[in-house]
Amino acid sequence: MQAFLNQKTITAAFILLAVAFPILTQNNYFIYIVTLSFIWMIGVYGLNLLAGYTGYLSLAHAGFFAVGAYSLGILTVKAGINYWAALVLACLITSFIGLLIGLIALRTKEHFFAIYTLCVGYILYLVIYNWESITGGVRGLIGIPAPSNIGPISFQNPLSQYYLVLFFLLFTILMMYRIVHSLSGRTFIAIRNSEELAQTIGISTMKNKLVVLVLSTFFAGLAGALYASFIRFIGPDIGYITITFDLLMYLLVGGIGTLAGPIVGTLLLVWVSQYLQFLQDYRMLIFGPLLTLIIIFYPRGIVGAIYSWKMKLGKKAKRTSDRGKSSGHDKGTGSMAEKKVEEG
Amino acid sequence: MLKVTGLTVKYGSFSAIEDVDIEIGKGEIVVLLGSNGAGKSTTFRAISGLSKPSKGKINFEGSLIGGKSPDRIVQSGIVQCAEGRKLFPQMTVYENLIMGAYVHRRKKTQIKQAVEDVYELFPILQEKKHDTAGSLSGGQQQMLAIGRSLMSHPKLILLDEPSIGLAPLIVEQMFDVIQKINKDGTTILLAEQNANAALKIADRGYVFESGSIVVQGTSEELYANDAVRKAYIGA
Ligand SMILES: Nc1ncnc2c1ncn2[C@@H]1O[C@H](COP(=O)(O)OP(=O)(O)OP(=O)(O)O)[C@@H](O)[C@H]1O
Ligand SMILES: [Mg+2]
Repeated sequence: MQAFLNQKTITAAFILLAVAFPILTQNNYFIYIVTLSFIWMIGVYGLNLLAGYTGYLSLAHAGFFAVGAYSLGILTVKAGINYWAALVLACLITSFIGLLIGLIALRTKEHFFAIYTLCVGYILYLVIYNWESITGGVRGLIGIPAPSNIGPISFQNPLSQYYLVLFFLLFTILMMYRIVHSLSGRTFIAIRNSEELAQTIGISTMKNKLVVLVLSTFFAGLAGALYASFIRFIGPDIGYITITFDLLMYLLVGGIGTLAGPIVGTLLLVWVSQYLQFLQDYRMLIFGPLLTLIIIFYPRGIVGAIYSWKMKLGKKAKRTSDRGKSSGHDKGTGSMAEKKVEEG
Repeated sequence: MLKVTGLTVKYGSFSAIEDVDIEIGKGEIVVLLGSNGAGKSTTFRAISGLSKPSKGKINFEGSLIGGKSPDRIVQSGIVQCAEGRKLFPQMTVYENLIMGAYVHRRKKTQIKQAVEDVYELFPILQEKKHDTAGSLSGGQQQMLAIGRSLMSHPKLILLDEPSIGLAPLIVEQMFDVIQKINKDGTTILLAEQNANAALKIADRGYVFESGSIVVQGTSEELYANDAVRKAYIGA
């Protein structure tokens, strides 16, 4: 019960802080960085659903991110479609391509799936790079419009864009929360646990994996589309493999297969990267070993580490309180265990 | 109810079972006996759809199910409780049970009733319903695995070595429960190495040896068969 309240307070505090942040800093550069982080988070959540909860490590997500970004760019710049319609279409197009790729890719497993999607991601990049007439090739697309006005609300300035992206982030988190705590979520976790066991109890694993891939790429596409309308310029490099590794790194550091992981990992690493920018690509010399250490010692990232630490504390507290009364023992461990599942 | 004819299953080019014929009538308990690697689990995998038969027919209540996908087979009323108590260790006992009713996921009241039925069969599971499955003892895990299989309301349940690694007293309880499940209307196909205990509750049995059936008959016949006694009962 206490843990539950705790979770609620943390969520409320996060939302409050996120809403108040621009007013507190008044610094446009900070607002810009945090907006960008929010966009990445949406993509990381998409990746988390597939890699974290279902156990299928996709290395094509930068490709899907780019598909979302380019779909929005092309639809608004070249086809002149209304921004909001283009945003919805961009997500759907990305999901649809995800579905087509999934029909083949999901017949492979584990490292084969990772390698296969690595190739898929690279192919998506190559298509974008070479299909000049549509994508603009190396030069990319410029002049992507900012989100068009909704009634009196305009999205031309950084502040309103910040809140728009925050809105989509909260939407994403809410969706993830609902999915993970539903039977579908448990079905995905069952597949991660053991695909064969999932089949034995009657789960159609292929169908469920396709659903996950469609959802996962939907959010990658959403992140890409928001990126395009926020930066207003896109080039093929947003589909390059390094972006996939960035997303993956945010996820691993924050906590793969946890709900708070994508927020924690992305904020932390984007922030640190800003401070290490003077090191340029050499900053990987710091991130690389750090990442290795985290994977070895905290396979579920920072969030996972905090949870196991809290569970240890909880057990200790329970042991001392149990000295007085011996009943209620089962309940204590039970709710703790439940908690773990909920987060996991 | 279930009729397997000429079933052959290969792992690569190696035939794990060859030309197996098995028949199970409604309401029976039938046991497959055989030592390690004889082919009992492979037969189960073929019936439950996890392995594709390379030859032969599997007929369940008049329709051919050989080669169908596992989820379709569960829907048609056959569920396997695999060997080695495979559970979802991070999920609670209750959540494991709910997952077992996956094919009936929209029938909320039926699921509720099924959970109650399983708790009645295994009261310890109700006591531990909020504990994670991974924290249970071996015997409790086996009970949960069987309970979870029952959640899908199977007509036929395949139990793969439910007694393995359990203390003799627990084994006895386990077989009592299996008998009870059968009395409540579920047909049972059992794989066992513990022939002594299994033949006590089974109606009929088949003896596997390196992938083929070598002896078959009623429990009394098998119990009286010298070769079977020597190999599997040790008396
Ligand atoms: N996945 C697999 N790949 C290759 N060979 C396998 C595989 N699974 C089983 N076998 C082989 O098939 C044969 C039959 O194995 P099976 O598991 O059906 O035996 P079993 O009767 O269930 O034995 P046990 O009592 O040990 O569970 C064995 O020779 C085994 O080595
Ligand atoms: Mg076996």
